[in-house]
Amino acid sequence: MEEIYAKFVSQKISKTRWRPVPSGSLQTAETFATGSWDNEENYVSLWSIGDLGNLDSDGGFEGDHQLLCGSRHYGDVMDLQFFDQERIVAASSTGCVTVFLHHPNNQTLTACQQWATAHYHTGPGSPSWSCAPCTGVVCNNPEIVTVGEDGRINLFRVDHKEAVRTIDNADSSTLHAVTFLRTPEILTVNSIGQLKIWDFRQQGNEPSQILSLTGDRVPLHCVDRHPNQQHVVATGGQDGMLSIWDVRQGTMPVSLLKAHEAEMWEVHFHPSNPDHLFTCSEDGSLWHWDASTDVPEKSSLFHQGGRNSTFLSHSISNQASVHQSLISSWLSTDPAKDRIEITSLLPNRTLSVNSLDVLGPCLVCGTDAEAIYVTRQLFS
Amino acid sequence: MEELDGEPVVTSIPGVNSKKKQMCFDWGPGEMLVCETSFSKQGKSETVPGCPFIFIIRKDIDVYSQILRKLFNESHGIFVGLQRMEEDLTGKSRKAQLVRVSKNYRSVIRACMEEMHQVAIAAKDPASGHQFSSQISILSAMELIWNLCEILFIEVAPAGPLLLHLLDWVRLHVCEVDSLLADVLGSESPSRHESFWKLVTILVLQGRLDEARQMLSKEADASPTSAGMCRTLGDLMRTMPILSPGNTQTLTELELKWQHWHEECERHLQDGTFAPSPHLESLCKIMLGDEAALLEQKELLSNWYHFLVTRLLYSHPTVKPIDLHFYAQSSLDLFLGGESSPEPLDNILMAAFEFDIHQVIKECSIALSNWWFVAHLTDLLDHCKLLQSHNLYFGSNMREFLLLEYASGLFAHHSLWQLGVDYFDHCPELGRVSLEMHIERIPLSTEQKALKVLRICEQRQMTEQVRSICKILAMKAVRNNRLGSALSWSIRAKDAAFATLVSDRFLRDYCERGCFSDLDLIDNLGPAMMLSDRLTFLGKYREFHRLYGDKRFVDAASLLLSLMTSQIAPRSFWMTLLTDALPLLEQKQVIFSADQTYELLRCLEDLTSGRPAHGEPDPLQLQDDDIETTKVEMLRLSLARNLARAIVKEGSLEGS
Repeated sequence: MEEIYAKFVSQKISKTRWRPVPSGSLQTAETFATGSWDNEENYVSLWSIGDLGNLDSDGGFEGDHQLLCGSRHYGDVMDLQFFDQERIVAASSTGCVTVFLHHPNNQTLTACQQWATAHYHTGPGSPSWSCAPCTGVVCNNPEIVTVGEDGRINLFRVDHKEAVRTIDNADSSTLHAVTFLRTPEILTVNSIGQLKIWDFRQQGNEPSQILSLTGDRVPLHCVDRHPNQQHVVATGGQDGMLSIWDVRQGTMPVSLLKAHEAEMWEVHFHPSNPDHLFTCSEDGSLWHWDASTDVPEKSSLFHQGGRNSTFLSHSISNQASVHQSLISSWLSTDPAKDRIEITSLLPNRTLSVNSLDVLGPCLVCGTDAEAIYVTRQLFS
Repeated sequence: MEELDGEPVVTSIPGVNSKKKQMCFDWGPGEMLVCETSFSKQGKSETVPGCPFIFIIRKDIDVYSQILRKLFNESHGIFVGLQRMEEDLTGKSRKAQLVRVSKNYRSVIRACMEEMHQVAIAAKDPASGHQFSSQISILSAMELIWNLCEILFIEVAPAGPLLLHLLDWVRLHVCEVDSLLADVLGSESPSRHESFWKLVTILVLQGRLDEARQMLSKEADASPTSAGMCRTLGDLMRTMPILSPGNTQTLTELELKWQHWHEECERHLQDGTFAPSPHLESLCKIMLGDEAALLEQKELLSNWYHFLVTRLLYSHPTVKPIDLHFYAQSSLDLFLGGESSPEPLDNILMAAFEFDIHQVIKECSIALSNWWFVAHLTDLLDHCKLLQSHNLYFGSNMREFLLLEYASGLFAHHSLWQLGVDYFDHCPELGRVSLEMHIERIPLSTEQKALKVLRICEQRQMTEQVRSICKILAMKAVRNNRLGSALSWSIRAKDAAFATLVSDRFLRDYCERGCFSDLDLIDNLGPAMMLSDRLTFLGKYREFHRLYGDKRFVDAASLLLSLMTSQIAPRSFWMTLLTDALPLLEQKQVIFSADQTYELLRCLEDLTSGRPAHGEPDPLQLQDDDIETTKVEMLRLSLARNLARAIVKEGSLEGS
């Protein structure tokens, strides 16, 4: 974890996302997208982390990520998701949802589809109308689901001009994030500490299930679903707490873990190694949660001089075999607390870390200090 | 008041004719608004429209440079790290820390310079290219000054090492030689290269004697006639005593050795060893510190401080810090030779050589176009405990004054305001009030941004600002018909009055539509319900509906009654509550006890007896009154029947 590269980019970064690699390919992540916020002009940009084999002998830019292309974006980029290899969906603070298409041949990024008024407020006097920020978006080809400050849920199809389904007033408060649970069910989190499951097969404006934190209604800001066990869900709240939920049972979180000192902006399970979880926060920290079993050797690995490669392969193989037996390492409540190992990934605290994404051994995150951090050796 | 340090700079505003019209202005925290008035110079009001614009005048324009943003962001991290530096670190480790911080700042400046350089090369139109190169020269001057301050004030190098540091300083900033070196060495026969002697001279001037010696050996190989001379001079270069970092020899030893070496050089010159070759002879003279010979190389030295350092190297290698200003002044005078007057940069460097920190900072403030440099340098020097005695005649000390200026500039910027917060935090006297003033002016475009601002305020216990932000958001939500949001914001702000207002809206909507909206919020109010009476009522009333829906009629009935008897329910709502009691009264089994029914009756009488006292009857009201009267009659009937049933039931129960 020593190889973490920072680059200052002169714009506050609100979102960072790896471009997915084609399934089944051996490629590693090499392109990511970023969105900016709170600038006079905001951009959606694509970056390349270049070729690992091409080490520059000068030691100059070998770890640096280079800008491939960008496109102007109206309003803050509130959320960003890759729809497929070429297309990126961006949610705007103007309530607009835009699909950008990347042309790899001439390295340009252009808007190819737009729903301009996906989210809006209707004022008390009915004709008055104002835009509402779209706060979250999630894609599952060909569907795109968006949520916003107006408490509305939209279901779009990429080839349809109009929304396929809209749930007005789905939530009385602001919806902060959305994710797919299992098609056609989605999961939303809101600013009064509730987790709601919606089933698009059901008509009407009611969620099929509501789960909530007890009493204090602490807003939830982010949500991610376990990649293999679809009932395991992680959320992050305004108080920086990490909550793990089992949506099959109960209406309360299975475990609450004290984490950051301020808003947790994003939480992500590692897509292929889900015993690992990553969170970032307004307090400027980025954490790696490791719930794989307590391998004694691991402590030596996290030492600075972990150069012994036999240790490395040993512990990795160990992890793989243990993984089978520990189906729900996140759900076993009490012992898990002892087992989870937390590492802070950023060298020193800065301003808020707004977003992160993991893919394979690579991690990217973006901050309000206008820096993008990339590492390609997460598990070394 | 102190006198002015220079003429104030005149900024002309395009389109505004200040000769004809009077202007008006208003100060903002970091900027100024200016516009034309309709008054002419003579004071007569004219109707002729002048300039239709209001101008925003900003003083710290560098804040708006895209590339300098990286400087601001990266140095912010260093600044925060420096403030957190352990106070208990003392002596060597503290100094080492401070030097490292200083070097970090400089490397950020250099990184910016490099990037600016690349952009300048890539710039297509000459105007912007020119702009970039002027910014590069500013950055490079900043780095030059900072580096010198680092050597003199932070490193506080003693005699001996001082000169080594100064040499590094000059080598770092007069760096054309490296490309020349590569150029010459890359040619087929280096010694025949047209710039060969120029290169060797520069190397000697910069004290890079090893490299100079290698070049000389190339010349020796190429021309056998001068081989002997080259070797002799090379030996002189090799034997020049210098202080090396790892060496333990004392200064006196060094001075003695150096004296011997110097005499040897002198002897060679007098013997005419190098007389056949003017190049070699002039090199030898340079190595003797001969001022005339040095001044002949004015072109190659390019500036007086290079001249100063070379002169010190070859004539006073163990110069003491205290004597520096004397040599600096004479070097400056000799170098300029009365032909030109010193420029701002020269004055700043001279002030540094004189160890006059305040003069350095003052001159820099006047000469540079941004506050970044002086603010950070002053802060660092303050951490070196060099500025404590100095207080300004207004407000706070100099460090704080400069930090406040810089942070205000950041707050004036659309996106850099977040950086400014930490700077205000480290201004003990006026930082807090400045932050309070600025933070309220941040536009809250999205809830996410508002949350970030809120977090800043909450972390600093700025309750007034927290309340005001929540209120703004609650108002916004009400305007957008988002009552649920509005209610959560007023709960967060603990704003009872606003919570009452929103609750009333909820109740009104209920009366109009007959059903509640935003149940997910109202059902989960929890202890927050206690914020205001109206909110409590809203929550309890909803609870009544839930009990009723669950067919828990007895609980529902007593809750309903208690809402009225405990006076939580507003009078205006009593009729609705009584109407809600109707279906309960009409149930098959008796729900309201006799006592409860009496209570209900009293509520109804309270309500109806108070009624005729107010209001002029109008047709619409009359119609309403009609409905009302029917309702009251129905209620009375139901209550009477219920009372009868309840008395019978209670009587029979007691009897049995």
